[in-house]
Amino acid sequence: MSKYYVNKFLFTIDRDPEWVASYKDDPRGTVDRWEKEIGRWLNSVEQTSWLEFTAEEREALSTHDYVWLFENGAHFFLNLTLFIALFDEEYAAAHGPLAFQTEMARQLGHWTGRDYPSVAM
Amino acid sequence: MAELTAVLASTHHPFYYKATTSPEDQRPPYAADWQRKVEAYRETLTAAEPDILVMVGADHFHQLWLDNYPQFLIGKQETYDATFYNEEREFGIPKYTLAGDIELSRYMHEELLGKDFDFSVSHELKIDHSIICPIITVRPDADLPIVPIYTNIFVPPLPSPRRFFQVGRAIREIIDSFPSDKKVAAIGTGHLSLELGGPRQFGEHGPDPLFDADAIEWLSTGNIDAILDNVTHESMAGAGNATHGFMDLLLMMGIAGPGVHADYVDHLDLFHTREMYMTWYPNKNQDQLEAAARAAKTAQASTGPIYANDAAWDQFRGERAATAAGSET
Repeated sequence: MSKYYVNKFLFTIDRDPEWVASYKDDPRGTVDRWEKEIGRWLNSVEQTSWLEFTAEEREALSTHDYVWLFENGAHFFLNLTLFIALFDEEYAAAHGPLAFQTEMARQLGHWTGRDYPSVAM
Repeated sequence: MAELTAVLASTHHPFYYKATTSPEDQRPPYAADWQRKVEAYRETLTAAEPDILVMVGADHFHQLWLDNYPQFLIGKQETYDATFYNEEREFGIPKYTLAGDIELSRYMHEELLGKDFDFSVSHELKIDHSIICPIITVRPDADLPIVPIYTNIFVPPLPSPRRFFQVGRAIREIIDSFPSDKKVAAIGTGHLSLELGGPRQFGEHGPDPLFDADAIEWLSTGNIDAILDNVTHESMAGAGNATHGFMDLLLMMGIAGPGVHADYVDHLDLFHTREMYMTWYPNKNQDQLEAAARAAKTAQASTGPIYANDAAWDQFRGERAATAAGSET
C-alpha cells in the first residue's frame, strides 16, 4: 500500500473546502482530478516521479471506504477528520449529535480488543 | 532571572468553545459543569500573573506534514496566526492572532541545542487547536506573548516517554536561567486515554478509565519511575489509539520536576474522554495557594494529588472485575 500517497490525499482534500465539496459529491471523479492536479506535485514546479495508488487504494478512496482505509493503515486522524467533514452534518440531522462518529466506531467494531493495523510507514 | 510561576498540564478538547458559547438551549447537558470546572482552573493561571506563556502542543496534520515531519519543533516569530479552516469547520473555533516572544524563543532554541536537544524551528508556524484550546480555556483574552513548542505524538516512530520527560526537564532549566525579570508560565496540553478514528471512539466513557486513574496519580505525584515502568508506546495504544498525547502531559510534569506534587488537580468524565486540569506552582506563594484553594472549592477539585484508588474510578474497577470474571466462566 502507498500509505503516504493515501494520507496525502486525505490531508490535501481535508484542508481545502472546494476539494471537500468535490470529494463528497463525486468521489471517483475527484480522485482522478486530484491525481492530475495535486497528487505528485511537490510544489508548483517540482513533481515526484514515483508516487501512485494501487488499484485497491484508488477504489477505496473512490467509494468513501473508510473501513478499508483504516484496515490498511491510513492515519486514523486523517481518516476520521475528512469523513466527519463529509458525513457529520447529514448523520447528525437524521440521528443526533455524533451519529456519524458512533457509526464509524460500529463499522470498525470487529477490531475491538485486537492490535489495529499500523499507521507507521 | 525569569521566574517560572506556574506549570499547567491539561487535556485539550476542541468541543469546549462551541459547547459553552452556543445559545443556552443548544448546549449539551454536560456544558455547565464543564464550564464551571474550566473557569475555576483558569484562576490557577491568573494567580501566577504570567508575562509570557511557553505553550506545548502537537500539530494535528494542519501544517506539519509527512514530507518532512519534526519530532520536536519551536516557533520563532513575532506573531502567530491560529486556527485552520478545518478546525473552524469541525469545531467552530475562531481565528486568533497571538503575539510571540521572540527573545525567549531564540534563547530557548539555542539553549535546547546547547543541551543536545536538536529542535527543528519554524519561522512561519500557524497554531492549531492544541495551543488555542488552552488559550480559550485559561487565557481567553489571548493577551500574552507565546513561545510555541510542538511535539510528535502522531507519526510513528515517536520519541520515547523518557525523551518527553527529558525535554521537559531541559525546558525548566532554560526558563529558570532566562535572563529576564519576566514571569513565565508553561502550559501544555495532551490527552489521557483517547481513541480517534477507531472502534472505541465516542463511547460512553474514555477508552481506558483505569489508565486515566493511574495517569492522574503519576502526574500529580511526579512519579516518573512509575511512568517509565508502565508506559510504552504499545501500552498507550492499548489504552486508545490516540493516547500518545499523554506524553505531552509527561513533558509538563518534567517541567514541574520529579516527585513534585501538583497544587491543583481536577478531572471530569466527559463521556468519550476524561478531561484533566493540573497546575503546579514551582515558586509557590500564599496568593497562589489561596487561589488554588478557592478554585478547588468551586470545582470540587483537589489541592494535591489524586490517587488511583479514588472512589471516582470504583465503577470502572467493578466493570473490569466483572469482565474478567465473565471471561473465566
